[in-house]
Amino acid sequence: MSLYLSFKEILRYKGRFFLFSLVIALITILVLFISGLAEGLANANREYLSKLDGELLVFQSNVKLSTLSSRLDSSTLQKVKRIPGVADVGPVGLSSATLVFEDNREDVDISLIGVEPEKPGGAPAREGSNLRLKSANETVIDGNLARSSDLEVGDTITVKSIQGTEEEYYDLEVIGISDGRQYFFQPSIFVSMEVWEKIRSQAAAGGENNPIAYNILVSRLQPGADPEAVASEIESQIDDIEVSDIETAYKATPGYAAQQSTLNTQRGFTLLIGILVIGGFFQIQTLQKIPNIGMLKAIGTGNLTVGMAVVMQILMVTVFGVVLGTLATLGLAALMPAGIPILFTPLTTLAAMLSLTIIGPLGGLLSVYLAVKVEPLMALGLSQ
Amino acid sequence: MNTIVETKSVTKIYETSEMKVQAVDQASIQVEAGEFAALVGPSGSGKTTMLAMLAALLAPSAGEVIIDGHDLGKMSDNQRVQFRRERIGFTFQANNLVPYLSVSENVDLMLRLNGIFTPANRQRSRELLERLGLGERLNNMPNQLSGGQKQRVAIARSLIHNPSLVLADEPTANLDTERAFQAVELFSNLIHEQNKAGIMVTHDLRMVRYVDKVIQMMDGQVVRIIDDPEEICTMAGVPVTPTLPAYKAAYSPTLN
Repeated sequence: MSLYLSFKEILRYKGRFFLFSLVIALITILVLFISGLAEGLANANREYLSKLDGELLVFQSNVKLSTLSSRLDSSTLQKVKRIPGVADVGPVGLSSATLVFEDNREDVDISLIGVEPEKPGGAPAREGSNLRLKSANETVIDGNLARSSDLEVGDTITVKSIQGTEEEYYDLEVIGISDGRQYFFQPSIFVSMEVWEKIRSQAAAGGENNPIAYNILVSRLQPGADPEAVASEIESQIDDIEVSDIETAYKATPGYAAQQSTLNTQRGFTLLIGILVIGGFFQIQTLQKIPNIGMLKAIGTGNLTVGMAVVMQILMVTVFGVVLGTLATLGLAALMPAGIPILFTPLTTLAAMLSLTIIGPLGGLLSVYLAVKVEPLMALGLSQ
Repeated sequence: MNTIVETKSVTKIYETSEMKVQAVDQASIQVEAGEFAALVGPSGSGKTTMLAMLAALLAPSAGEVIIDGHDLGKMSDNQRVQFRRERIGFTFQANNLVPYLSVSENVDLMLRLNGIFTPANRQRSRELLERLGLGERLNNMPNQLSGGQKQRVAIARSLIHNPSLVLADEPTANLDTERAFQAVELFSNLIHEQNKAGIMVTHDLRMVRYVDKVIQMMDGQVVRIIDDPEEICTMAGVPVTPTLPAYKAAYSPTLN
C-alpha cells in the first residue's frame, strides 16, 4: 500500500519530482567528482608505492618515512636479505628529471626511479620486456606517460637532469611499458640502479663515482611470513633503519593526509548540504500534504503505511537522482581531457552512491516524523 | 431492529493547562441499521466531537460508545485504526479525495486498504460510480471534478468496503443548494438500500428532509431526538406529503 501511494504520487507530480531528482543528480555529480578527485590525487601520489611487489619498505631511521630523505647503503641491503622470512629485497632510488622531445611535444616532468632488474621495486612491463641489464641505457616507462606522450616500445627518449649546475641529456631506449605507476604526481620511468645513479640530478657533477645510496629497500616476504614479525626482526637486527608496510608509507608522504582530509571535508559538507536540501524539500512536501494525510488516517490508513510511503518516495526520488547523477558523471569523466587527476574506481563510486542514497532517508526523517504525527482528527477540523 | 450505533452517557472533556471545555455532556443516542440520522445544532454544540467519537477518532472522557457491538473505549489505537478502516465509511467537508489518485482509484483505495481489491469488488466499484453518474469520469483526477462530483466520489468511497456505519461531516458545506440536495439524497438512498447506519453532521436544516432521525445538540448535550416524519419535514421546511413518507416507504425497512 505504501509503495502504491508513493508511486502514484510521484507519477502524478512527475515534473516536480523529476526536477528534484535533478537537484539530487547535481549533488551526486559534485560528490562523485570530489571523490574522484580525492582518489585521483591520492593515486597520483601513491600509485607507484601501492603497486609495489613487496610487503615491507625499509627506510633510514629518523626521516619520518620520507622516501626522498632516506639514504641506505648496500650493506643494509645485504643485511635485510639475511633476515628470516625475507624472500627477496630490491633497492629503489627516487629522483625527478625531465623528459624532453625534439619535436613540438611538451617537456614532461617525470619520477626517475632506479631499480635492480628482476628485484622487488621495479615495474613489470605490460608491453615489451622488463629491465634485464644493469648498465644498459634502457627504460621501462609508465603507461600514463606512454599514453600522454605517445611513446611506444623501441622509441628513444631523452632525459634531462642537472649535474652540478649543468643540464645533461641522456638517451634511453624504451624496452617496456608498465601499467600506471605515478609517483609524486609525475609519471615514472624505470632504469637500472647504475643508470639511475649516472643520470639522476646531483649537486656535484661526477657523482657516479661515489658508492650508490638507495632511498628505500623493498622487501618481499616468504609465503606465510608475518609482516609485523619480520618488520620487528629487521628493526632489531639492523641499526638506524625503520620498517613500514606500504600503506603506512604512502600515508606518510608529505601532504597526502592533509590533501585527503581537505577533500574528505569537502565531500562531507556536500553530503551535509544534500541532507539539508532533501530534508527541506520533503518537509515542505509533507507540510503541504498534512490535510490529505489526516484524511488518509481518518479512513483507516495506519502510521506504518503513511510513514513507509514517505520513506519509499524519498528512496525512489533519491535513487533515481543518484543513478542519473552517476551516469552524468561517468559521461562527463569520459569527455574530460587527460591529465586531470580524477579517478573513478568501482569501490569509491559505489561508496559515494551508497552514502548519497543513505542521506535521502536521513534528510527525510523529519518528514516521516511529521507525517506520522498528523492527527486523523484534522480531517474533521479538530485537533487534540 | 439492529442497533449499529449506541452511546451511553458519553462525555468528552478537552483539557489544557489553562482551561477545561466539556464538548459533549452525557450524550446518549441510538442509530439502527438502515437508519439515516442527522446531527444538528449550532456551532460549538459538540456535533463534530460527537462524530469524532463515533468514528473512533477520539476516546470519550466518560461513557460508552458502542458501534456494531464493539465498545470503542476498550480498543487499542491500532484496533481503532483497523476498526475505522473496516467498519466505518467517511465523507468529509473538504480534502475528501487523494489528489494524486483518479476517481476510480480513490474509491478503490478503501478496497486496497482492506485487502479486498478483487476483480469482483473492482467491478462493484465501477458500477457504483456509474450509478452515481461518474461513469465517464473514472480516470479523471479530483482537480478535474466539480464540488458535487467530488462529494459523490467520496460517497462511493465511504460505502464500497461495505461498512456498518457511514459518517458524513458537513457533506454539503461546499456545495450549492441544488448539488447539496442531490448529494444528500443520493447518500440517503444508498444508506437505506444497503441497510447501513448513517449519521450526517449538518448545520443546514433543509437537508434533514432525507433523514429518518434528527439528533439535536446544544452546549454538548443531546437536547432532542426527533423521529416523527412530520416533525422532520416541518423542521426541513418541506410539505409532509407525499415526498417524505413515500421516500421512506421505499427505502427504509424500519418503516415498511
